[in-house]
Amino acid sequence: MNETLYTSSEKKTGNVMAICAIALVYVFLFLLDNFLPSNSFTLMLIPVLKKGAIYSLICVSMNLLNGFTGLFSLGQAGFLLIGAYSYAIFAIPADQHSAVYQYFDGGLIQFSIPEALGSVLGTNLGNFLGAIVCIIIAGLIAAAFAALIGIPVLRLKSDYLAIATLGFAEIIRAICQWTGLGTITNGSNLLRKYTSFSDIKISFGDTVFKLSTIFPFLIAMVSILLIVLLINSSYGRAFKAIRDDEVAAEAMGINLFKHKMLSFVISSFFAGVGGALLAMYQTTIQASAFKTAMTYEILLIVVIGGIGSVTGSCIASFLYIACNEWWLRFLDSGSVFGLSVPFFRDGFRKVVFSVIIMVVVLFFSRGIMGDKELSFAGLVRRLKRRKKPAEAAETSGGGDANE
Amino acid sequence: MSELLRIEDLRVNYGGIEAVKGINVSVEEGQIVTLIGSNGAGKSTTLRTISGLVKPKSGKITFAGEDITGMDPTNVVHHGITMSPEGRRIFPDMTVKENLIMGAYLRKDDLSEDFEYVYSLFPRLKEREWQAGGTLSGGEQQMLAVARALMAKPKLMMMDEPSLGLAPLVVKGIFDIIRQINAQGVTILLVEQNANMALQVAHSAYVLETGSITMTGTGAELLADERIKEAYLGKHHED
Repeated sequence: MNETLYTSSEKKTGNVMAICAIALVYVFLFLLDNFLPSNSFTLMLIPVLKKGAIYSLICVSMNLLNGFTGLFSLGQAGFLLIGAYSYAIFAIPADQHSAVYQYFDGGLIQFSIPEALGSVLGTNLGNFLGAIVCIIIAGLIAAAFAALIGIPVLRLKSDYLAIATLGFAEIIRAICQWTGLGTITNGSNLLRKYTSFSDIKISFGDTVFKLSTIFPFLIAMVSILLIVLLINSSYGRAFKAIRDDEVAAEAMGINLFKHKMLSFVISSFFAGVGGALLAMYQTTIQASAFKTAMTYEILLIVVIGGIGSVTGSCIASFLYIACNEWWLRFLDSGSVFGLSVPFFRDGFRKVVFSVIIMVVVLFFSRGIMGDKELSFAGLVRRLKRRKKPAEAAETSGGGDANE
Repeated sequence: MSELLRIEDLRVNYGGIEAVKGINVSVEEGQIVTLIGSNGAGKSTTLRTISGLVKPKSGKITFAGEDITGMDPTNVVHHGITMSPEGRRIFPDMTVKENLIMGAYLRKDDLSEDFEYVYSLFPRLKEREWQAGGTLSGGEQQMLAVARALMAKPKLMMMDEPSLGLAPLVVKGIFDIIRQINAQGVTILLVEQNANMALQVAHSAYVLETGSITMTGTGAELLADERIKEAYLGKHHED
């Protein structure tokens, strides 16, 4: 719960280990993208990793609002939609506009940011930087919408806030499908042909390396890092105070509306970023996919991971995506190890999955992590404690923050 | 001695009723002033109005010569008024230290001396520095609420029912601390149902009944008053 519990040596060793672990992950992802053979294993692993990274960011952004500020908002799908659409609209190459916007005379916006940058910096660098610029724009547009609807909505409390934000998400979905805005949103048709993960490459001379899996990890990691910095700042502490006791927080001189707005806008910014990444992952997007069920899915992951735990959200995201898309697939296939099982057919995976979720919620009522964080400093302490239990017992003042 | 806080003809509507019906209160600098009265007399509403959590219907609140009527809570804290709210209201999922840091939220200067000061008042909190606020006992939580209010370096500290739900011995400890804090130069406005304890520490006192002040005097005067004895201290009260 609190890093200050750790000694400086524990922190230092923990930081070194964290950097090593992150470096190892990126080396592995780089190998996966470029050198490892493509087989049935990697064909499942790569999309699960990509989607897991994207969902980690989306869930952490929701956790910032629901878990750390105590604002029960259900508008996540709306902000994902805004992010995904904003990204796609600015990243469709100019010569593809007539094909994508075939019912709307090629659409209103006739340029593409990755392409514009590509004409100056070369295609690969242009795509890379252009995608980042578009992602940031997506975040900013989502944040702007949050600021607008936050003014009336954040004055509401608990359930009413949830209902209002849920309504907002539905309205956004309806507006995006409206033919009147077709020249921008393409109505109820797909947006496609924009820069996706497979277009993200880096070239050194003649050698070109793919960055298709590294890219979502990079964006998600930087974003989550920024959110963690915010949570550990004095603003983050004020968010937690508001969550714990609004009246007391106000009596301490915390401006409730200002801080709620800040949390709402920042959370929506990162939801927008997550939406943009989701668009890149899916290669085509359609407003009708961003239903309330999507918000519930994200909420479910946040609850399973632990409300108020960043690492919990990340772990739960990867587990959830892996179970949903990969590990339970065999239940749909109709056979296990060559044996045919009569009730293993399409959809049975969902049944088992629901049961697993119920079991998890029953036995981990506060989620996998509760409101604790997993940290390398905690791991160092554990290892040390195992080595010399007597000595460590003396120094352990509070509880282990990593239990 | 100068007047620090002055309330003139304050009227507050709260929860659909007129909770405060035109009261006048004056708090001299460096004193302990108490508002006593039974449930629903309007004591807490008065404190909440001073701290800006509730807006008054009419009347005027002056603090150190400045009109603070209807000011928002952030500004009120900026002016040097803090409140230790009724029912303690500590932040249960934050550590004791984080709770204290929140008390000094609007301050930008160094806090190390203030930590030392509140830990010297409440050594128990120092022991529990890294514990979550919600795991403390009732008495410790009250200590934390008082310490948290002190972290803002207030000129005026308002305390809402610090004795609520605490064992008699713990209550005595809290009131000793109130005297100690006051001796350091902090003016205290105390709201209490425990009239006996409150009147013993107070320099001056007001008795509130259904939104109006019915009696006023020094702590000792009211403590000796027959009507007070009957209404608030119990007939068989022994000093």
